[in-house]
Amino acid sequence: MAEPLLVVERVSRRFGGLLAVNGASLSAPAARITALIGPNGAGKTTLFAIISGFLQPSAGRVRYGGQDVTGKQPHLLARRGVARTFQIVQPFAGLTVRDNIAVGAYLRYRARTDALAAADAVGEEVGLGELLDRPAYALTVAAQKRLELARALATEPKLLLLDEVLAGLNPSEIRDIVPVIRTFCARGIAIVMIEHVMQAVMSLAEHVFVLAEGRIIAEGSPAVVANDAAVIEAYLGHGSPAKIRSVHAG
Amino acid sequence: MKPFAPIAVVVAAFAAVPLFAHSNVVLNFLVVTLMIALAGAGWNILGGYGGQYSFGHAAFFGTGAYVTAILQVRYGVNAWLGFAAGVAAGAAVGAVIGGLAFRAGLRSSYFALVTLAFAEVLRILASVAPITGAGVGILIKLDLRAEAFQFRSRAVFYLVILALVAVALVLTRLLERSRFGAWLIAVRENEDAAMAVGVDATAVKLGAIVLSAAVTAAAGCFYAQYFLFIDAGIAYGTWISIEALLTPIIGGVGSIFGALLGALVVKSLGEAVKLVTGDAPGLDLMVYGAVLILVIRFAPRGLVGALADAHGYLLRRFVAASKSTAEAARG
Repeated sequence: MAEPLLVVERVSRRFGGLLAVNGASLSAPAARITALIGPNGAGKTTLFAIISGFLQPSAGRVRYGGQDVTGKQPHLLARRGVARTFQIVQPFAGLTVRDNIAVGAYLRYRARTDALAAADAVGEEVGLGELLDRPAYALTVAAQKRLELARALATEPKLLLLDEVLAGLNPSEIRDIVPVIRTFCARGIAIVMIEHVMQAVMSLAEHVFVLAEGRIIAEGSPAVVANDAAVIEAYLGHGSPAKIRSVHAG
Repeated sequence: MKPFAPIAVVVAAFAAVPLFAHSNVVLNFLVVTLMIALAGAGWNILGGYGGQYSFGHAAFFGTGAYVTAILQVRYGVNAWLGFAAGVAAGAAVGAVIGGLAFRAGLRSSYFALVTLAFAEVLRILASVAPITGAGVGILIKLDLRAEAFQFRSRAVFYLVILALVAVALVLTRLLERSRFGAWLIAVRENEDAAMAVGVDATAVKLGAIVLSAAVTAAAGCFYAQYFLFIDAGIAYGTWISIEALLTPIIGGVGSIFGALLGALVVKSLGEAVKLVTGDAPGLDLMVYGAVLILVIRFAPRGLVGALADAHGYLLRRFVAASKSTAEAARG
């Protein structure tokens, strides 16, 4: 069997005395949605930063498309097809929505007219069609999240790293955006999503990795992971699985 | 051609001035103003579009001026060739400063301080090195022939500097509409986000400083040809670093006509102050400072931005007014 598009091998990252990521391994195949969950401070965003080249790992390797890309700079990875969104939205605030997306599209289209046309198409696709001429700073949180998605998508990625794109959205906004994410996946893009909105993880992801204190403590299908004792303990504290069992038994 | 129409209109208007104004005082004022506008247009590429505020554009202005002068005076090189060499040398200095500063990851005030330091070091070197004429400076021989890039008529000098400004404006417009320009603006707005979508931020900033330095160096080359004398305090002096950044900031950072409008306002104010107070040294700088504070407080996008806002406001008022009259007429 061919190697998955993304393979992270025993990656660690130390910040001074803190081991933020501790020998974490995961993999993500093309055309699938893989979720990365875990309590706050588990190291999820750090792991994303390492995969996308913003941080160097202290140890371990990142393989992408069958090649070792550990420590490659973000713009080189983007050219190879790795795109990410930021947990805290990072729009080009002074630019219009169209120009924001076009910056991503310029990676694949040199000419201005082509890049702008591609930006319009991507904007329509993620539901920003009405807002293309608005300045990015004037958007609602939900629209800014969509803009993050659109800009990443405009680079025509093979691997899309989504860092909490659903956080801060209300249930109806989440309902609107989930199908959009699914269409990316249907197009063959490998998606890795960090997400706290469990309903979305359950409905979208086929495979889930659980990170706690920098370590991958469980992996498997959403249903398996949700019933894993170590996972429940990581989220709810020591001894909780036993308590839950006794409640159910009693 | 449509994107370049405003530039054509503005340049044509400026080109018509010598038809009406024959006074040397007026022409001299306009030549100096356009020269500052050119230096500012250079700064605007890096500072306005790239968000990298340099405090040391004197390094490029001075290098252009000195290379032009030294090649002519010491090596007998043709003035036009000297001019081209001066621009190239300014760009090279830009590449060196940018290469060191951007590779080291210097941003915002750290970058500003490093550029200031480079300009000061160059000023001190130029004030002691024999080749620059040290403290005495360099005098270019008077030779009023077009081949020597010297003209009997101020009007011709005026048209030359206007042509250089026009080139800078067109260059800026091309930049705005290019992929490189989009990447540069993206780096200004958010460097991390730009890198995430494949922008090589270091390379983009490096390209911008080279272009920026070349344009400002052209202003320095022109200075040498126009005044025929430079020394370290003129060529690498802080005055030009300040005026190069002041004019686009007052006129409108990151807009095509920002530096030109800013130079007109700043230089007019400077002359007005001189007229009122005589030649008290430093007073014009105080006025510039006051104007800068006012602009940053009330029109952060500069005069161009303020004019655009005012235009939008009046347009909305006009539309609202005509709507209500129409309704009144109907009712």
